[in-house]
Amino acid sequence: MLHLIIFLVFGAICVAGAVNLLVQRHPINSALSLIAVMVSLAVEYLLLGAEFVAAVQVIIYAGAIMVLFVFVIMLLNAGEEERTRGSKVAIVIGIPGMLVGSSLVAWVLLARSGASSVEAGALWGDPKSISRLLFHDFLLPFEVTSVLVLIAIMGAVVLAAKPEQGQQTREEA
Amino acid sequence: MKIVLAVFVLLTAVAYTVWLERKVVGHMQNRWGPTRVGPFGLLQPLADGIKFLFKEDLTPPHVYKPLYIAAPMIAVIFALTSIAVIPVGNTVTIHGITTPLQITDVNIGLLVVLGITSIGVYGVALAGWSSNNKYSLLGGLRASAQMISYEVSLGLSLIGVLILSGSFSLRDIVVAQSGHFWGFIPKWNIFYGGQFVAFFIYLMSAYAETNRIPFDLPEAETELVAGYHTEYSAMKFAMFFMAEYANMITVACLASILFLGGWNGPLFGPAWLQMILPVFWFFLRVFAFLFLYIWVRGTLPRFRYDQLMAFGWKFLLPLAIANLVITGLVVALKG
Repeated sequence: MLHLIIFLVFGAICVAGAVNLLVQRHPINSALSLIAVMVSLAVEYLLLGAEFVAAVQVIIYAGAIMVLFVFVIMLLNAGEEERTRGSKVAIVIGIPGMLVGSSLVAWVLLARSGASSVEAGALWGDPKSISRLLFHDFLLPFEVTSVLVLIAIMGAVVLAAKPEQGQQTREEA
Repeated sequence: MKIVLAVFVLLTAVAYTVWLERKVVGHMQNRWGPTRVGPFGLLQPLADGIKFLFKEDLTPPHVYKPLYIAAPMIAVIFALTSIAVIPVGNTVTIHGITTPLQITDVNIGLLVVLGITSIGVYGVALAGWSSNNKYSLLGGLRASAQMISYEVSLGLSLIGVLILSGSFSLRDIVVAQSGHFWGFIPKWNIFYGGQFVAFFIYLMSAYAETNRIPFDLPEAETELVAGYHTEYSAMKFAMFFMAEYANMITVACLASILFLGGWNGPLFGPAWLQMILPVFWFFLRVFAFLFLYIWVRGTLPRFRYDQLMAFGWKFLLPLAIANLVITGLVVALKG
């Protein structure tokens, strides 16, 4: 019961953070609400029993990626965004459409696909079983993904390196 | 109960680490350090605390207030929280109740510590940004860049230990290091399995992560006034100070657990002594590690910023990866 209450509380924090992310006008506030979303997601994973995923979620998303986001925002010293009126179409059709769509997806997932919701703490997510999945059952997709990331890194290096002094820049980087 | 005790011990330890540092650095520089308040200046931390409480808390007019106030709290909260999973000794039995000397024993203890400390970066980064001051901003930027860079090698240096012990639980890691090999050398990770390299990498990254000399670029007073906490005064400044020293203690605890055999040590005497000795051995290691910190501070000059980055990415990271590959190979070939 306590698990369920905490789960709901953090779910609410998660959604509130996501909404706040869109509403805030200052980039750094948006980034901070995204961190709140990440951390509360980690708590949700933890409550479901996937403790390893929870820890990795905090370390990678909240601890590494979002630090880079905040770093860039601080470095560029981005100011407040101007608030536009927004398009009427978005308000009239977009928001109800999104609500209908998401409830449709939820309904299909819960009622039609045969998937069932999981009790709190019922998942078995220790490091050993996850690594067995990653490095044994799904080794090929995993490795292919890592090659994909490598290609993205190479692309970033190529784009960032200036062509006239390409060799020089690559050495500096 | 345990939580209250742990927080109390940690805060006292923080206060007296400051005292120890002033004292040791003082003697290294041929001074006395604090002597006036109490015998050997032992009450100095108390006096400092009272002073911090009664100082005027200035808030400069140009700061971004919500984050300016939140930043020191983030720093200190996450610095103090990470102690929760650190075991300071084996189990004790009082009146028939056996309890581990640890607030909570989670399977992924090490990852929890890493996660909490990685969030603690925001305290420094946001303090630098929200102060709306050039020096603070530079300090905050330096801190976040430095912490991201060194976290990579820090994490990689720990994986060798994890491979050897086969668990994320700090308690299991310590238990894996009990016993001796060749009859007399303790089976600590620093001696066993060639993890000396990993210890070196951990040591260097830990200095950088806690912003200590020789890597204290974020608060380099000769270039940045005081770095990220330039605009802070009174208790808010004290919070950053406490966070820094609490982080030092966490890092020292982790070093003793991961590399120096935790609370393993000779046990003798009556039952009550056998219960206390592991804790004593553990704190002895932590103390030695903190002393090393202070010693280095009293000895080494500060790195230049590009040297710091080059050292982290071009030297420590390849070394950590090499150590990881070799340890993995050895364990795979043995097993």
